[in-house]
Formats: sequence, C-alpha cells, structure tokens
Amino acid sequence: MTRFAVVFSWVMAIALALFLLAPLAVIAAASFSPTPVFDLPLTGASLRWYGRIARLDGFWPSLWLSLQIALLSTMLSLVCGTLAAIAITRGKLPGAGVFATALVSPLMMPGLVLGIALLQYFRAIGFTATWSALLLAHLVVTLPYVARTMIAGLARFDFTLVEAARTLGCTYPGGVLRVMVPVLAPSFLIAGLFSFLASFDNYPVSIFLADVRTKTLPIRMLQYIEEAPDPTLAALSTLILLGTVVLLFISDRAVGLHRMAGTAD
Amino acid sequence: MTDVALPAPAPTASVDRERLTAFGFALPSFLILAGLFALPLVLLLGVSVIGPDGLTFVNYRRLFGTAFYLGVIWNSLRLGVLTTLITLAISYPASFALARARGAVRSVLLATLFLPLAASVIVKAFAWTILLRSDGVVNATLIALGIIEDPIRMIFTETALVVGAVNIFLPFMILPIYAVVAQLDPRYAEAAATLGASPVTAFCRVIVPLTLPGVIAGVALVFSLSVSAYVVPTLLIGEKYPTLATTIAKAYLLAREPGFGAAAGVVLLTIAIIVVALSARLGREPA
Repeated sequence: MTRFAVVFSWVMAIALALFLLAPLAVIAAASFSPTPVFDLPLTGASLRWYGRIARLDGFWPSLWLSLQIALLSTMLSLVCGTLAAIAITRGKLPGAGVFATALVSPLMMPGLVLGIALLQYFRAIGFTATWSALLLAHLVVTLPYVARTMIAGLARFDFTLVEAARTLGCTYPGGVLRVMVPVLAPSFLIAGLFSFLASFDNYPVSIFLADVRTKTLPIRMLQYIEEAPDPTLAALSTLILLGTVVLLFISDRAVGLHRMAGTAD
Repeated sequence: MTDVALPAPAPTASVDRERLTAFGFALPSFLILAGLFALPLVLLLGVSVIGPDGLTFVNYRRLFGTAFYLGVIWNSLRLGVLTTLITLAISYPASFALARARGAVRSVLLATLFLPLAASVIVKAFAWTILLRSDGVVNATLIALGIIEDPIRMIFTETALVVGAVNIFLPFMILPIYAVVAQLDPRYAEAAATLGASPVTAFCRVIVPLTLPGVIAGVALVFSLSVSAYVVPTLLIGEKYPTLATTIAKAYLLAREPGFGAAAGVVLLTIAIIVVALSARLGREPA
C-alpha cells in the first residue's frame, strides 16, 4: 500500500472508532448527570439515577423475563443448532447446502415481519400463552446465529478425533463430550454470546407477542424513553453496557476478539 | 469375486444408519424452521390477500396505488441505500487499517466494533437523541468551533435519521469486509506492482475483486437491516418519515388492519429476499 493509502485507512479507522463509541460515551456521561435534564458537559456528578433504576415501573419483571427468554432460547438453540451443524458438515445429509442456507436465512429477514407473521400464526392456531410464544419466537431469532457459527466451526473440526477417542475406549457420546466439545468451546462461546445478545436486545419480534403484563426489557425501555426520558434510563443502559464489557472481556481472554470477528463474519 | 463383493453390504447399512442419524440431528432445527418461520410467513402472505369476501388485492392496491404509500416505500429504500453507501465508504478504507493492526491496537479497535454491536439499539438511538438535541453536544461543539452561530435543528430530521442508522449498522458492514481483508495476501499487490501496475490499477484490478465477497456480504446485511429498521426511525425522526416498518407496526399495534400490515410485511420481505438472492448470486460469480 502507498503511504497515502495507509494514512488514509488509519484516519478512517480512528474516526470510525470514535464515531462508534460516541453514543456509548454520551449515555455513560448522562447517567451521572446531577440534574434531570441531560446537561453535557456535566456540572457535577451524581449517582442518584442509579438508585432509581430499581424503582422504574415494571423494571424487575421485565429484566427477569428477558433474562429467562434469552438464556433458555440460547441453550435450546445451541443444542438444536449444533446437532444441525453436525448433520450438515458431516455431509451425510441430502440437501445439506440448501438446509444450511435456510437455517441462516432468518438473519437477513426483517424482524418486524417475523413478529407479525408469528402473531398471525399463533392467533390462527389458538396459541395464547405469551411467555411460551416469546420463547418460541426467540428460538427463530437465535438459531441462525448458532447455526452460522457452529457450521463454520465444525467445518474446521476433524471428526476422526472422535473416532480416535472411540478406538481408545471412549463411548460415542463420551467421545463427543470429551473431545469435540472442548475443541469447539470457542465456537460455542461465540455462538452463545451472539445468540444471547440477539435475544436480550430483540424488540421488533417481541413487541407483537408481548402483552400488558409480559413485557421484555427492550419494550419496557422504549416505553420509558417515549414516556419520560430521564437519566435513570441512561444509568440502566450504562449498567447493561458494563455487563457487556465484562462479557466481551471474558470472550477476548478465552477466544480472542479477532477470532470472533472472523467466525462471526 | 466373492471377497470383493462381500464387504459391500456392510458399508451400505452403515451409510443408511449415518444418514438416519443425520436426519435425526437435523430434525429439531428443521421443525423450528418449518413450523415457526416458513409456515407463519406463508400464512402472512395469505392474510395479505384474503379479505372478508375471499381473494382480494385491495391491500396491495392501497400500497402501490396511493402516492402516500409509494412515498413510504421510497422512504424505506432511501434509508437503506443511504445507510449502505455511507457505511461502505467508511468501512472499506478503515478495514485495511484494522487488518494491519496487531496486538493491543487490534484488540482495542475490535472492541470498539463489538461493544456497540453488543449494546442495545434502543440505547444507541436514545443516545443520539441526546447528542443531536438543539442544546446537545453536537450543536455545542459546532458553536464552540465557530462553524455555526445558532444551534441548528438536527433531531427529527433526515440527517439525524441517517447519522443514527449509519452509527448503528456500521459494525455489520466492517466485520465482513475486515474478515476478507485480514486474509488478503499482501504479495498479490506486490506481484501486481512487480508486473508494472500502478497503485491505482493494482487496487482496482487486484484488491477490489479479491475483497468483493466481503463487500457483498456487508452490503446485503446492512441494506436488509436498515431498510427494515424500526427503532431508529421511531426515535430519531418519528411520524415525519413513515417507512414500511413503521407502517407495519402502526397497522398491527394501533390501526388493527392486519391485512394491510401483512401486505406491507410481504413487500418488505420481498425486498429482503431480492437482496439475499442477488448477493448469493453475485457472491458465487468468480471475481
């Protein structure tokens, strides 16, 4: 690369990094605002908005609901998606390529359309259990993330390792558990992380399936913003952000972010 | 003859068993995909064309036959195209720096991509409403720099919408491009230079074709995400800029017009399918 091109690409990369971090920095700064309006730059610092998070209307049930749905849908997707990825990558499945494309396709489909389609569908078959409807819908949201990462991970996995373990006296499930699962641990971590975040942050699908008493956290947060935006929301967002930083830090230690960028394409 | 023919039955049986296992492994995902994705979408198509008196195209006529809803479709496409072009213009050069970075610098840069990606869309859109307010940070900075004298109205304008959308969808553009650029062998460019190509020629005829798969993946992803974005237009521009996504939400959540909402949904879905099909086709062609 010419010197000009190198300098230009670095300028763009740094501008991009600053631009991406700007909204996050603003949210964090606004959460310490001493006044109810978002006066930036801050004239002082206060932690009182953090104390108010717990008193937000309907906050705890929504957080609990979002955590339950995100964890359960991620675990179910990890199991189903990994099994499907094994079937696809071992090449014994007729139409494996088409099936793989189909499995990943919900990623590119508008979430809102999936939301209304499921709403119509559940109504048509008389399925009215909100909690279960949310879980089933989030399975469709999370499965493509798991399938994509696990297909990529398993495509590089040497299945003869499992055979070797069996030759050495392992049972088949034992071989899978003691050889395949540890080798694929990074893929599982990435798939799980993306899947959990996709579910935890989902708004367009959940909004059509939630009801007055069963609202996920993103629905609740948009409602707070539209009704009465005050720094409490910024405080809550900052805490969620902090949680994410911890998750990313652990992932970087365990897997390396550059690997996540590669396999998560 | 016999010792050649004898082993034959055994592999056949084991192939059958392996195939059966493969079917069993694929079944749960297949059921989720068929029962909770394909079937609901088919039903949605049905709802959009079935009225109280049987088959009807009244919903589609309303969408494509009135100036207002043609404007809505145009708004969605415009948001998608603008967001895609701007994110591409930023991501493509930046991905080369990212690919050259090593060690701590790389970790920090990648973290700045993953952190916003992992942060809620609602949180980021909310942050932009704070940033772009008339007494917000952006205006204060512009005034302090002497670029403007009085605060300009930014929130609830198309500029705010596009800035927010670009910010939120940028990681989806740069990650696929980075994945390809990072694997680019620098010797290709050197070979082109050795063979007498100018840097510009080498870039256009070697680097661009080699990185095209990443660009296509990023463009397809960002376009299909931004064309159907809901939270971003709702918070950053509102009623002034109705899109297909906000029309769908309104039809279902406020107006109770499922047939019309379903039709708008089918149009949005069709756009997404065209983008996916096009990108798959382009991606397969030899660069």
